[in-house]
Amino acid sequence: MAKSKSAYSEPTKLGKSDHHIIVVWVDNETGVLARVIGLFSGRGYNIESLAVAEVDKLKHLSRITIVSIGTPQVIEQIKLQLRKLLCVHRVADFNRNDPDILFRELALFKIVSSSKNQEKVKKACKKYNSVILDKSKKSFVIQITALRREIDKLITTIKPWGLVSISRTGAVAMTRGSEVFK
Amino acid sequence: MPKLLSGAEIVFKALEDQKVEYIFGYPGGAVLPIYDELKNHKTIKHILARHEQGAGHAAEGYARSSGKPGVVLVTSGPGATNVVTALADAYMDSIPLVCISGQVPTHLIGTDAFQECDTTGITRPCTKYNWLVKDINDLAKILHTAFEVAVSGRPGPVLVDIPKDIQFKKGTYEFQKNKNLKLNGSKNKKISEKELDQFIEMMKKSSKPIFYTGGGVINSGPEASKLLRELVSITGFPITSTLQGLGAFPGSDSNFLGMLGMHGTYEANNAMHDCDLMINIGARFDDRITGKIDEFSPKSKKIHVDIDPSSIGKNVKVDLALVSDVNIFLSNLIKRFKAKNKNFIDVNKKNIDKWWTQIDKWREKKSLGFIKSDKTIKPQFAVQRLYELTKNKETYITTEVGQHQMWAAQHYKFDEPNRWMTSGGLGTMGFGLPAAIGVQIAHPGKLVIDIAGEASVLMTMQEMSTAVQYKLPIKIFILNNEYMGMVRQWQELLHEKNYSESYTAALPDFVKLAEAYGCVGIRATKPSELDEKIHEMMNTDRPVIFDCMVDKMENCYPMIPSGKAHNQMLLGPEDEKEEISAEGKTLV
Repeated sequence: MAKSKSAYSEPTKLGKSDHHIIVVWVDNETGVLARVIGLFSGRGYNIESLAVAEVDKLKHLSRITIVSIGTPQVIEQIKLQLRKLLCVHRVADFNRNDPDILFRELALFKIVSSSKNQEKVKKACKKYNSVILDKSKKSFVIQITALRREIDKLITTIKPWGLVSISRTGAVAMTRGSEVFK
Repeated sequence: MPKLLSGAEIVFKALEDQKVEYIFGYPGGAVLPIYDELKNHKTIKHILARHEQGAGHAAEGYARSSGKPGVVLVTSGPGATNVVTALADAYMDSIPLVCISGQVPTHLIGTDAFQECDTTGITRPCTKYNWLVKDINDLAKILHTAFEVAVSGRPGPVLVDIPKDIQFKKGTYEFQKNKNLKLNGSKNKKISEKELDQFIEMMKKSSKPIFYTGGGVINSGPEASKLLRELVSITGFPITSTLQGLGAFPGSDSNFLGMLGMHGTYEANNAMHDCDLMINIGARFDDRITGKIDEFSPKSKKIHVDIDPSSIGKNVKVDLALVSDVNIFLSNLIKRFKAKNKNFIDVNKKNIDKWWTQIDKWREKKSLGFIKSDKTIKPQFAVQRLYELTKNKETYITTEVGQHQMWAAQHYKFDEPNRWMTSGGLGTMGFGLPAAIGVQIAHPGKLVIDIAGEASVLMTMQEMSTAVQYKLPIKIFILNNEYMGMVRQWQELLHEKNYSESYTAALPDFVKLAEAYGCVGIRATKPSELDEKIHEMMNTDRPVIFDCMVDKMENCYPMIPSGKAHNQMLLGPEDEKEEISAEGKTLV
């Protein structure tokens, strides 16, 4: 082994990384998003997608949903570090493969193409709760809700049929059944 | 209708209610209303630093040596950016600081106004929390919350950014304790009897135990140090300490193995590597401690007591994790342990006898030894003499960062907590001099020495002027080798002696520099004159710069080389040659 020139130790073997959905309830105060996101970037944690909005107007509570990739150790650190922030009320963590959790992302597509291709797109989007939001002679805007990988796949499919613009949200999550995460 | 106060008045009202006696600061445009109000509050004394970083480190020294939060007051823009190093330093070493910064008036925020910067944005990653006050009626609550956040749980720095118009505006003041404040994410959970029993059971089963304690014991207050001493005395276990934890357990006690880690003793590091039970109390498995994680104490069960849940399992997996304040935990543990295990130390003696024999063998290596000289002053010898001549006084030691810091940690023995102030986590050169100012403010009449390096001390040398202004008789004891010694040492060991930019040409004459500042300069060049000169320094009731000319090429040993395990230490220059010639060879 070559002699290390660093005064720091070599990286150790990493565990298996997994997708996790971290849900954070925070006070909707100035800079709160920067605080949460800064914690991720500062400590080198991943953010695959992000969704945030106020969910309780009276209590000024926002719900942030972050999809992250990390080893079990990293995911645990993310939760513990988040809980230390004064603005954070609760932190939940769901594995993306957990069958008891519902995940959804929303996407808007603008299609400019011949009517034949337009029909193809509409057909392909149908099973993802598609809604036509705008229509003109040459184009339309369609909204779908689905899982991330479904949207990824759909984009590849409809790309040749006149897909000119894509806008997507981050994932949002909720538990199934009558249970509420406390 | 309650009486309305100006923002500046509210700031002082809050400081008074928090029983603040000293603020360390530097005025400027955006904090003038607060400085204007200073004259009306006689119980609060302002210490004028010469640079905001100096104010911050002085507040750290004050906090570390007194257990009370340090308060810093700076202006907007450059005032705030200058204090960032001190905030980051306090964040790494868990020191409670409350920094109040001025900001440009609310309506100018975001317009690139004069001396404007995004202070809350810049300081967010190096504070526990920070606030930009936008409404005068939030000011009192934010200030009191700031103090609570700074001192609660794992302590740390906080910052309150107050725009100038808010300092003028009138609002209401109320002092209300925030009862629901969470401590680092966990409500103060009670330790269960089951957990205590598990802890005790692990101690009883162990034949090779070791306590590994850190700054958490110091932060938990003097009572925690007393309890730690009791725990060691009733178990008879060996104990080692991190750099930050020195003094929590007496350095002169026979159960103490010395500091561990990169420049720790041979016995401490080997005991950590070979133990079968590691009891971490208030330390955080820092990379200077663990070395290569994969080979860190491979055969031991590990217990970790820490007030910060995110410190547990961050670097090293443990078998028993306990989130608690050290003081509360130890008092519970000792009570339960004593009730059920009378005469444990005698009963268990046989069990750990072999372990102590092994430790004594490691001790025989005398890893802190060095080759004495009667021609040049060896830096280790200088620290040893300083220790011998000051140990019977209530002495407070601060340091800068580098070789001198490690020699101080190795050769100065601390028997009491809060006597040792050093920048461990961030490793801030220039910390020691201003920190000594803060320590001297908190402990008037006591002996305060900054064991310094000539390179570090030049980074904040301007604060000598502060020491002279407030008649603070701090002693700056410079181990002067004309090199950035630790940089030079690494270049020697790791970069084929390419001493790139680590030699300081054109150093000032420190004796004349002392005189220029209006304090006393002393120089020692021979070992034979060292004692006499140290006495002279101690007998001077004014600030002193002591220029101790030491061996230029001395290296700091023992040392765990980069990426190596605890049992692969270099004990001296001879080991290093071996290391180069035989790759991969186990050294010890």
